[in-house]
Amino acid sequence: MGQSLIVRHLEAWYGSNKTLKGINMQIAPNQVTAIIGPSGCGKSTFVRCINRMHETLPGTKVKGEIILDGESIYDQDPVALRKTVGMVFQKANPFPSMSIYENVVAGLRLNGMKSKQKLQASAEKSLRMAALWDEVKDRLNYSGMSLSGGQQQRLCIARALAVEPSVLLMDEPASALDPIATTHIEELIRQLKENYTILIVTHNMQQAARIADSTAFFLSGELVEHGPTSEIFTNPNDKRTEDYITGRFG
Amino acid sequence: MRQSLNEGQLMLTNLLKDMGKEVERILKGCMQVLITLDRTQAEYWIAEDQLVNNFERQVDDACVRLIATQQPVAKDLRKIISAMKISTDLERMADLAIGIAKVGRRIEGPLCKPLIDIPLMAEKALDMMRQGLEAYSNEDMELAHNLAVQDDAVDHMYNQVVRDLLVIMTQTPEYLDQGMYLTFVGRYLERFADHATNIGENVIYIATAERQDLNK
Repeated sequence: MGQSLIVRHLEAWYGSNKTLKGINMQIAPNQVTAIIGPSGCGKSTFVRCINRMHETLPGTKVKGEIILDGESIYDQDPVALRKTVGMVFQKANPFPSMSIYENVVAGLRLNGMKSKQKLQASAEKSLRMAALWDEVKDRLNYSGMSLSGGQQQRLCIARALAVEPSVLLMDEPASALDPIATTHIEELIRQLKENYTILIVTHNMQQAARIADSTAFFLSGELVEHGPTSEIFTNPNDKRTEDYITGRFG
Repeated sequence: MRQSLNEGQLMLTNLLKDMGKEVERILKGCMQVLITLDRTQAEYWIAEDQLVNNFERQVDDACVRLIATQQPVAKDLRKIISAMKISTDLERMADLAIGIAKVGRRIEGPLCKPLIDIPLMAEKALDMMRQGLEAYSNEDMELAHNLAVQDDAVDHMYNQVVRDLLVIMTQTPEYLDQGMYLTFVGRYLERFADHATNIGENVIYIATAERQDLNK
């Protein structure tokens, strides 16, 4: 099942550049939360803080609290945390030298799983959840790079799901895909929220409106507004949100 | 910014204004039929209804095109959806005006009473329509709210017309048919004003995203 997230006074820096300026936000479990905002507003930094990837870059700094299912993520081992909080990136990034199967089980192997039977079962389960199994079941030993862009992205989602996270972070997962592949990913996200808490960064307003239960609007490192998607896209409280979603920003 | 959407919205506003002018022209013509009881003129105005129907289709098509190509949200979307509803109101208003021409075609003259309150009602209802469209064009909430007060005045005029006609029908039974027809005309004009008030409700919805009943 998905887990809830509570973010308190979160601040983040790249060197002297403060990119998050005190974010307070509650993210409900088993819901899709969309993070929207113009380029440079801090939305990718925000999701990268949630699995502690932001702090891996030199010169970065984070302050504040992120509570995952009642426990601070800063009290956890970052590697263990990333098993609970999976991430899918904008550009599909299957491991180029690995087969489809090897890609999916890579995380499990890294975590010490050796049983061939368990690995196969887990690979099938993950590929089914990622709605890719029927398309690849007869060519699991082909290179991951042999798949189409949309299939590669679903392979990356399967790889993230294989380690059984409870939170899935998605940073513009469909921005490089055609409309059909995008529809596949969106449908998949809708299904996955039954078992996962999903945060999706997107520049596509209609995508956020279609798939997210709640939407948060970031601007210049601040959270301007967070509420039910149906309200954000019909009657936002803040004029800056309205200006952004209607394309009249700036 | 969003030049295409802005231009599309401006085109919609202009279409609705032109449609309103057409409705005004038709109502004035139909009221003239009621005064002259000229059947040839009645047929002419009844046929003119087609022009307003065409406007409604143009507004619908423009709205569908804007929604499909511009993906409007929030206030932009409310404005477009409201334009579709306002065009439906205007089309219904034209139908009500045509109803008056049809009454003029049926009445065997002369009229049982001089037409005083009914032309006043028509002028008031037309004024409300003009104000509704101006409120839409300028997003003028005050003007929109004010339509409720004016609608009450038209309702009051309608009640007065019905009372007067009842007296005539009771005292002079041969005017029963004509009295009934003129009561219909009063009802058409009262409904015409209700549709004008609906335009005001849409203006409030555009600005606030909340529905208000001005037709209480």
